[in-house]
Order: sequence, then C-alpha cells, then structure tokens
Amino acid sequence: MKRIRKIDDNVFRLIIILITFLLIAGITKGGTFMKPSIFQTMGKQLAEYGLMSIGCGICMISGGIDLSCVYIANLCGIIAGLSMQKSGSSIIVAILISLLVGAACGAFNGFLVSYLRIPAMLATLGSYQLFQGISVVLSGGSSVSGIPDTYTSLGTLTIIGIPFAFIMFLLVVLIMTFIMSKTTFGTKVYLVGTNAKCAIFAGIKNNTIIIKTYMLSGLIAAVAGLLSLARINSAKADFGTSYTMQCILIAVLGGVNPNGGFGSIPGIAIAVLILQMLSSYLNTFPDISNYYRDLIWGVALIGVLIINFVINKKKTARLAKMS
Amino acid sequence: MENILSVKGIKKSFGGVHALKGVDLEIKKGETHCLAGENGCGKSTIIKIISGFYKPDEGTVEVEGKDYPVMTPTDAIRAGIQVIYQDFSIFPNLTVIENLAFNQVLATGKKMVNKKEFRKIAEDAIAKINFDVDLNALVETLPVADKQLIAISRALLDNAKLIIMDEPTTALTKKEVRRLFEIIEDLKKNGITILFVSHKLDEVFEISDSITILRNGENVISCSTSEMTEEKFAFYMTGRNFDNKELVENKKTEHGEVVLETVNLSAEGYENISFKLHKGEILGITGQLGSGRTELSLSLFGLNKPTSGKIIIEGNKVNIKDVTTAEKLGIALVPEDRLTEGLFLSQSIIRNITVTRMDALSNKIGILNSKDVVRESAKWVEELGVATKNHEFPVGTLSGGNQQKVVLARWLANNPKVLILNGPTVGVDIGAKYDIHKLLRKLASEGMAIIVVSDDTAEVVATCDSAIVMHGGHVKGILENEDLNEAKLAEAAV
Repeated sequence: MKRIRKIDDNVFRLIIILITFLLIAGITKGGTFMKPSIFQTMGKQLAEYGLMSIGCGICMISGGIDLSCVYIANLCGIIAGLSMQKSGSSIIVAILISLLVGAACGAFNGFLVSYLRIPAMLATLGSYQLFQGISVVLSGGSSVSGIPDTYTSLGTLTIIGIPFAFIMFLLVVLIMTFIMSKTTFGTKVYLVGTNAKCAIFAGIKNNTIIIKTYMLSGLIAAVAGLLSLARINSAKADFGTSYTMQCILIAVLGGVNPNGGFGSIPGIAIAVLILQMLSSYLNTFPDISNYYRDLIWGVALIGVLIINFVINKKKTARLAKMS
Repeated sequence: MENILSVKGIKKSFGGVHALKGVDLEIKKGETHCLAGENGCGKSTIIKIISGFYKPDEGTVEVEGKDYPVMTPTDAIRAGIQVIYQDFSIFPNLTVIENLAFNQVLATGKKMVNKKEFRKIAEDAIAKINFDVDLNALVETLPVADKQLIAISRALLDNAKLIIMDEPTTALTKKEVRRLFEIIEDLKKNGITILFVSHKLDEVFEISDSITILRNGENVISCSTSEMTEEKFAFYMTGRNFDNKELVENKKTEHGEVVLETVNLSAEGYENISFKLHKGEILGITGQLGSGRTELSLSLFGLNKPTSGKIIIEGNKVNIKDVTTAEKLGIALVPEDRLTEGLFLSQSIIRNITVTRMDALSNKIGILNSKDVVRESAKWVEELGVATKNHEFPVGTLSGGNQQKVVLARWLANNPKVLILNGPTVGVDIGAKYDIHKLLRKLASEGMAIIVVSDDTAEVVATCDSAIVMHGGHVKGILENEDLNEAKLAEAAV
C-alpha cells in the first residue's frame, strides 16, 4: 500500500476509471472498438486539445486560467502556414517563429495578469479577442492553405504505429510533469497558486513565476497549433473554438483545483485519454445523436465536481483525525 | 442564585475525535463567567452546542431551568442566548442602521422598509450601551472594535439574556479592551449574564466572577475567580508549570556590534525612525494598532519602500527593494497574520518549511533534490518540536502554536542575521508561547539579532532586552533594563 500511495490519490483514481472504462468498452463493443485504427485516430485527435488542457491546467494551478490558448494555437498555425507559403524551403524557421509567437502571446497574458493585476479570466478573455483579431487580419479571414507536403506528412506520420501527434503530446506531458514536480519553478507555481500574498512574504517573485507560467501555456498552445496545421493541412482564425471549454473541463476532471494550488500533469493527461475514449466510444453507437454530446459532457463535469467535493471533505476529516 | 445555564455531561465526537468528553458548565444569572482553555480544548465546540449549532452526542442543556433535549439555533435565540463570534457575523457592505435594524424587521415579518423606523431601532440599540457611532457609515469602514460593539448592540435588540463572547479581545487595542470591559460591567448591572471565552490571563482575572477551565475536552476546575491565582491558572490550562523568571534572568545588557541601523527612516505609516540593533539583542517594537510598528518592520523586509532615511546593515547602506534582497542580506520576517501571510495552509509542512531554501536544495538549472528537501524539513520538524505524525500533511492540520513553529522554521532554515517577528505568539496557546519565547532567547544567545514587534506588553517585557514604543508613526520612547516593565510600557504607549 505504501508504494501505491506514492502516486497521487487522484491519479490513482483516474487510472482505475480508465481501466474500468476500457473493460466496459472491450466487453460491449469489443470488435468495433478495440482496433488499432481506432486508437490511432484517437491519438491524433486528442493531441491538440490535450496539449492545450495542460497549458490551461498549469495556469489554473498558478491561481489563474488561460482562455486564450485555442486562439494562440490558431495564430501560431496561421503564422507558420504563411511563412511556409512564402519562404517555402525553411520549414524549421517557420516552426521556430511560430513557437516564439506562442511564447510571446503567453508572456503578454502573464504580464496582464501579474503586473497589471487584471483577473486572469478577464485578461485572457480580452487577449483571445486580440489574438483572434490578429489572426483574421493576417489570414484575411479565410483559411491559410498551400502547406508544403513535407510538413503535412507529419500529420499522417506514425512511428511503430503511434501517430506523431500523440508522441508530441506524450513528450510534452513528460517534460511538464518533470517541470511541475521536480523543479523549483514548478513548486513555486503551486505555492503562488495556493496563496499569492504568502508567496511574496516567502520571497517568491510572483510576477516572474506567473509570466513564465503563461508563457509555457502559450508555447504549448503553439505546439498544438503546429500539429493541427499538419493534420488538417490548413489554419483558420476560428478553428476549434469549442476546445476552450473542453480544456477547462479536462483540467478539472484531471484534478486541478479551480482555485489554484493543486493538480498534476499526469492527472490531466489521463483525463484527456478518458474523455477521448468516451467520445470515440459514443461514436460507435450510431443511435446516440451528436445532440446528446453536450448533455453528456455537462453531466460528466458536474459529476466530477461533486465527487471532488465529497472526496476533499473526507480527506480533510481523515487528516484532522490523524494529526 | 439560580443558574441561567446548566450544561451537564456533554459528549461530542467528530469522526473519531472526542472533542468533548463529558463537560459540565454552570453559569449563574447575572455573573460574568469565564470559559478558558488552550486552543483545541473544546471551548468552541461547547459554545456551538449551547447556541444550537451542534447536537451533543450525550448530555443535557438547561436554560433557566427549562430542559432542551434538541436545541436548535432558533431555540437558543428565543431563550435569549446570543453569541458574538470572532468575525462578528455582520454585513460589511451595509450601513450601521441596516445591520442593527434588519433582524428586528425580519422577526416581525414586515415587507416594507421604513427608514425612519430603522433609524429609531438603531438609535435605541446603541444607546443601550452608550456607544457613539455614525449610523450611516458602512460597517466595513469602521474599526474592528466598533464592529464588535455593533454585534453586541444587535444581540441586545434580540433580548439577549446570556451573551457569549468568543475571544472578544483578540483584535482589540488596550484602549478598546477597556471600553469593552466597561460595557460588560454595564450589561452586568442590567442583569445580563456574560460568558467570556478567553485564554488571556490578565483579562480573565479582571473581568470575570467565576472561571471554568477545560483541557482536552474535559473539565479541569470550576471556581470563583477569587480562589484562582495566575500560576494555578496557567497550570490548569496546560498541565505544565511555567517560570518566566528564567527568561528574564537570561536577558543581557551587553551586546555585540551593531548589525542593523536605521537613520531617520521614513515611509508610509511612520516617520523619522532611528534605532540600532546589536548582535545577540532582542529589541521590542511596540505600540497600538496603527502606531506604525508593522509598517516599519515591513520596510526592513522590502515590502514598504522608505521615502527617506537610511538602512545600514553591518556598516553598509543598503537598498532593500524586495523580499529577495532582504533574504540575501540575511533578514527574515515572520509576518503578522499567519493564516494569510505566513502559511500555505493547504500545502504540506515540507513545502512550507523549505520554500525559502529551494535555491539551496536544487542544482544550477533549478531541479530540486527531493531527498534533501525531505531531510531538511524533517530536521526542522525535529529541532523545533513541531507536533505532527507526518510532515507530508497540510500545515493547516496543525494547531496554532505548531503552525507558528513551521513559519519560524522556514526562516531559521535560512540562517538569518536579523530575525523580525511580527506578533510572534498571536493565537498561540500558553505552552507553545513559552516554547517560542525560550527559543528566541536561545537564538539571541547564539548571536542572532531579533526584533519582536508586538502589542502584547507582557510578551515584550518577558522577552526583550529593550523596547521602542511607537505612537502615530513616531517613537514615543525607548525603554531598557529595569525601565522595561508593563506599567512604563502602558504609560509610554498612550
């Protein structure tokens, strides 16, 4: 038991849910669901919003939120697409520019939230309009296409059967898990998210930490934007707008405390897997109309919030008893 | 005299914790009864049972001879029991009139609001306790003491017979405490019974007629105040004997070289402050709320920018522009409000202790050595005697005294030259308070320079070698050696 306790309680719970779900899906829809091709499709689909969930998640851990990640992703996709059209040859340069723009957008969010003390919800709501506006102007409102084949081949590339996009997702999950749990920066993000005033008294430079957090979120959004550019062969200013709410849902499902200070990257990653499977599983029932999807999401979110509330209450009682 | 309240054999458990293990409480009509005990002894639980907030597992509650098998909050109010909680339960964004008149209007079930009538109710209410306040002021703009008096006035409007005051003096200045005590005397004359919940020795002796002391959810003693002595009181509360003599005897008059010096330092909240702090010295900075003592301490920690004057550390003029700079100069500050400034309550004890040591416990690119982090935290938990089973628990699960030890550990871990403590023992029980005072003396004898910012004169007298008394942002006097006693301090603070 001591060993299992090494893993976060919440992550442990999510793994159980994931396994249970796989079993149910395997038993009820064994033939149509448990196929490599279905899993490949899932791997491709989840990477983009999965990445943005992690970005949004770390901002929530720091006590804020990032509602602009989808628009940062679109802007980065458009900028990468345009520079690939123009310079043709240098795909690497286009990718670098795009990552830089993502980080800059994030840093801008961080500046608004930290130095100007604008509530994160308002700051990123405002900046998303700004980023979307820039995207519309740059793309002329239409989709940016004509992407070189060498780049779009990344969208279909698989390595030993695993889609490239999914590998990128895993890579970011690993890096971010390390940063959040093993570095001073990660620890400081949790502390600032728990109590910003106390963090100042403890000598933490809150503004720097917050700017870096949003910058990381922007950078991760840029990766998502680049992946979607490769997958759908184009970029558009209003692509994937429904992802914003989904990212918040996933972060909370993954155990991020909406008030800041708690949550883990593996938790978010597993939540991404659960949601994608649920979605793919529902697709195997032609009778369940898409109209029901929002309803099911809604029930899932409220359900998770209630479960978290109950579990936290029990945990507090248990700790109080032990100490 | 008959009892207004008679509580017998109350047991109450939360989960597996026995908060009350059969407590009796008898309060006579018209007396001021003190309920005392350390944090966690069950004081708050018994109040909540009397006011109908919790149901006891066993035991009986009788009010004026009437038995209440199931007491609800409404029953309690009808029976004339009113509780003044520490947070006063008033609406900060409404005016004094609205706060006072609301209950009355709600109780009578009126649907229309009549401003004149409101005003009348409010005027009558404050007149009862000779309380003078601007009735149209928003409550949030008033000082804490006035909020408390509003809460008391409101309790009287509800025909209170027994007013329970839960640690009423915690946030008050000396002067405000005086005013509160006068009001309590008045209430007593009008036949109102007071249950005064406190662990502050001097106040208890001054105001109460009889005392009940609880420890670990059990009665220790009930007697009239005249039969109680200060030594016995501390012993009954904690089960330990304390001797302040040892602290006082260890005071020093000779100190090492000057570590920290301010010259005509001015900033928001204070003006023209000059003092010298020596190696191994414990310097008190005292004064009432608003005297500038907190602002001055914040300036030394980079959180209140000086407008003029100098801060000199070990002979060098320094510019403490933020906390990081202060930290590098070897200055540490234990803030005034542990809950909002001192601790990350929901985070683990480990993180709370090691937050200032993260750079030292990580490599060049900021990767933490988790083994060292755990070891460092364990070392301090052991060294300061933080009572916990597991330092991975949230720090919020600790008692006040142990929480304060965690904040102290955080800063001691940095091995500071100057340690500033703002209200080092606020909300800390007697036992832990004594431990902290002893620790400060030990640190000073090892050469640390310490500043104790406090309005607790007894604490300043017991721990400090000399003390600066501030008033309205200026130095009113500096007391040292035999001049440093409670009478002189009180005199200088006014």
